[in-house]
Amino acid sequence: MRSLINILDLSVEEIDKLIATANDIIANPDDYAEKCKRKKLATLFFEPSTRTRLSFEAAMLELGGSVIGFSAANNSSAAKGESVSDTAKTISCYADIIAMRHPKEGAPLVASKAASIPVINAGDGGHNHPTQTLADLLTIHREKGSFNDLTIGLCGDLKFGRTVHSLISAMSRYSGIKFVLISPEELKLPSYVKKDVLEKNGIPYEQTTDLEGAMPELDILYMTRVQRERFFNEEDYLRLKDSYILEPGKLKNAKKDLCIMHPLPRVNEISVAIDDDPRACYFKQVLNGKYMRMALILMLLEEAAK
Amino acid sequence: MNIDSISNGIVIDHIKAGSGMKLYELLGLGELDCSVAIIKNVSSKKMGKKDIIKIDADIPVDLDVIGYVDPDATVNIIKNGELVKKLVIGLPETLTDVIKCKNPRCITSVEQEIRHIFRLTDRDKKIYRCIYCETKAN
Repeated sequence: MRSLINILDLSVEEIDKLIATANDIIANPDDYAEKCKRKKLATLFFEPSTRTRLSFEAAMLELGGSVIGFSAANNSSAAKGESVSDTAKTISCYADIIAMRHPKEGAPLVASKAASIPVINAGDGGHNHPTQTLADLLTIHREKGSFNDLTIGLCGDLKFGRTVHSLISAMSRYSGIKFVLISPEELKLPSYVKKDVLEKNGIPYEQTTDLEGAMPELDILYMTRVQRERFFNEEDYLRLKDSYILEPGKLKNAKKDLCIMHPLPRVNEISVAIDDDPRACYFKQVLNGKYMRMALILMLLEEAAK
Repeated sequence: MNIDSISNGIVIDHIKAGSGMKLYELLGLGELDCSVAIIKNVSSKKMGKKDIIKIDADIPVDLDVIGYVDPDATVNIIKNGELVKKLVIGLPETLTDVIKCKNPRCITSVEQEIRHIFRLTDRDKKIYRCIYCETKAN
């Protein structure tokens, strides 16, 4: 049974196909309004999430399907001690496809091994979040026209930011990519990502703490939030949370066609004054996420039916 | 120093000096009833020094464990006093329940029934990663 656990489970060709489907959905939504009629998506969210869960649910509803699920572990049998495997086997009896978020890394992989229906990883702790990456990829593709020859600035929490790690992995498969890694010392990109992904693929990168200094060369600026839930120590969180705040003044040397992205939710790392700037793409990203989830649900259900 | 030769059993030879005890522990040899000998720091023309383990019983051993601890070790199967098979294991592609993931954020840290599986991700550097959280094995 085909599932999506890691963005690298998808080949470059499959990502191209998903982008083509998403673009077709955007152009011809009525053609897709009944594609998932009588199909059920189970959203198993063992950790709170507004955006991702509602995006999955909206995606399935727009495909004509329906949705069941829970939005916190204490609303599920996990509170009684049920294993992820048993939950996945049980839900396989009710639904056609699962979207799972879990605070523990690898939980969706465990579910996919037990389930008899496709499982989509909707975020496993600080590990992977492949559908956010799909949203990011569609945004980059629609804003820039291709995935090649781009300088991508990643700013904020590059240590725990799972969306950053997945985006680096996904973009490292294209040519002419350069990364500028902008973070405080304590939140630098882990060395294994640098060695195993960037250096292994010969992708050039720079590390800096200076956002404004890096700004002029960027085609894409991907901001991230310092996430309280990833810290064991509250003092460390409070010390680092305001490291980078993007305000209009910091964009004075930025390219005219810079694409500013953020996986959201934001706290204060992008000033609301930026929202009206035509370069702000983070709400487009949210919308693109729904379309890519629609394309993904369609692809996995088609493969499951074979 | 004399160690009796064995007539039916296994001799794990060419173990890198110092790795014999680790292998003994990971293979669970302390739980066997039969004679088991660990010979440390044996002189070796090829290796300088090596460790050897002799197991005086024809029992199944987890070859993946041997390959993980020392991919260059050789496994000699002895039957009726004769060497019937000699194996060089090499690094196994996966390790199942040989080592445990130590990442407190990994699903294996909270669900005891899940098998601890590691995959070889870099053969040259001998790096194994947990298949669930991708944390590097120590």
